[in-house]
Amino acid sequence: MLRYAFSRALSLAVSLIVASVVIFAVIEVIPGDPASYMLGLNATPEAVDALRDQLGLNGSLVSRYLSWAGGMLTGDFGLSYTYKVPVADLVAQRLWVSLPLALYALALSTLIAFPVGLIAAARRGTVTDYGIMGATQLGIAVPNFWFAMLLVLVFAVNLRWFSAGGFPGWSDPGAAIKALTLPAVALALPQASILARVMRSALIETLGQDYIRTARAKGLSRRQATTRHALRNAMIPVLTIIGLQFSFLLAGAIIIENVFYLPGLGRLIFQGITQRDLIVVESLVMLLVFAVILVTFLVDLAYAAVDPRLRRRA
Amino acid sequence: MRLNAQLWIGAALTAVFLAGAVLSFVWTPHDVTALNIADKLRPASSTYLLGTDHFGRDLLSMLMVGARTSIAVALVAVGIGLGLGVPLGLLAAATRGSLIDEVVMRGNDLIFAFPSLVIAILITAVFGPSALNAILAIGIFNIPVFARVSRGGALSLWTLDWILAARVAGKGRLRISLEHILPNIVNLLIVQGTIQFSLGILAEAALSYVGLGAQPPLPSWGRMLAEAQTMIYTNPALAILPGLAIVAMVLGLNLMGDGLRDLLDPRVRRARA
Repeated sequence: MLRYAFSRALSLAVSLIVASVVIFAVIEVIPGDPASYMLGLNATPEAVDALRDQLGLNGSLVSRYLSWAGGMLTGDFGLSYTYKVPVADLVAQRLWVSLPLALYALALSTLIAFPVGLIAAARRGTVTDYGIMGATQLGIAVPNFWFAMLLVLVFAVNLRWFSAGGFPGWSDPGAAIKALTLPAVALALPQASILARVMRSALIETLGQDYIRTARAKGLSRRQATTRHALRNAMIPVLTIIGLQFSFLLAGAIIIENVFYLPGLGRLIFQGITQRDLIVVESLVMLLVFAVILVTFLVDLAYAAVDPRLRRRA
Repeated sequence: MRLNAQLWIGAALTAVFLAGAVLSFVWTPHDVTALNIADKLRPASSTYLLGTDHFGRDLLSMLMVGARTSIAVALVAVGIGLGLGVPLGLLAAATRGSLIDEVVMRGNDLIFAFPSLVIAILITAVFGPSALNAILAIGIFNIPVFARVSRGGALSLWTLDWILAARVAGKGRLRISLEHILPNIVNLLIVQGTIQFSLGILAEAALSYVGLGAQPPLPSWGRMLAEAQTMIYTNPALAILPGLAIVAMVLGLNLMGDGLRDLLDPRVRRARA
């Protein structure tokens, strides 16, 4: 197990280094000079050059990469060009919207998918099963931002149960959670559809195993065999998908935040792009990639902890 | 029986959109580039079958040309994945266990580790928003998908006796890959291609929704939705119809993909029975 964890950690580190080099390289070719952008059209070349110096844009590529990557490692993400505050502060602020949103959506998706997948597997081949499978096909095909617009139309415009957007802050947790509800539902629906399908096929596969027949033969009812033996074994692929979905939800939140005007990481990225705030874009993308790679790593470890066969593969 | 129904419904839905997109090259009910403010925000009528938007453009015509944009972007993105991913996958399988195989597979893992949407946003942001950059951003993430599928399919073929016979007969790895392996993984590639096509349409819609896809005046479903968002209170139809188009197109492709898999992959058919 330790060897497996070590080899996974090594590949985690390699992935992060390559990812940081790629992101740095891509940002470097962005057209437009941040210094002249910040100072406006009437800036003198000397002023632009002085600002470039101050921002550290005049150093060599390698030294700039090292100072950026080194800074990220120590939690210093640099100074935002437009906000004139540390990027780390901006991120910390916005994370309190994006992270709860992703977790909320993940919880919803899991809560919907488990019973639905279980029912479909238990009633395999019946009208119920076909109905659920049809509904999940539809759920996969729906773009989450469009579903979000429909939710706004129904629950904010017509029924007036929720506000159409904005975020009141966490000083009133009830209001905050209410503001995140529609976005979370919009994010969760396509994910729940995928998860329910995975859940169903994993359960159907384990229910066909010999040990389930043994369990039935020794007198367990179908329900008992399912809950005591099949469910646990079916959890392995389901857990993997949940881990993958978390990273997808974090990224998907970027689009959804725009529908609901939520002040999260997604809005920050788009503002950074339009305002040429390279440091913000660069650091945010790196942070998201890091989150995704880290979650994949943790899922790999959890997977190996549950299924000893996987450790040997390392 | 059910499997055929799935395939035919999917194929029919897809055909409708393909036909609409192709037709839009030669004919649309109204000109989509001409603004006609006098007729703005009209409800559905015999002149404008689905009504008009805030510039007086015919919605049906916009949807037809939008289908063209979506399909073109997704199709070329699949082409990039096929064109680069399949050779890489075949190469990795033919040199199994070698350094080349290792490099190709690790490279694949790396691209998979990136949140695709974030990188697509990054790419279109850096190189400027355009349909072409959207294609590139989506296409890059198709490469590892096709490389993995073709490597997996090819690996199982390489162990078969008749491939061994071909090697004994003196055929090189390249010729075997092209003449024997490739024709036998075409089924897998068709199924995967359909799935990536539908994912590409969703990705294109998301990118153009946030303004990083096709640029005006080229109509695109995603941007139609973005423009309709501010009018959702007064003209909900404008926000509903383009979304329905996306759902129907993606659903059609997914159903077709599932139907094709059932039809072409005997292993699935046995598991289902």
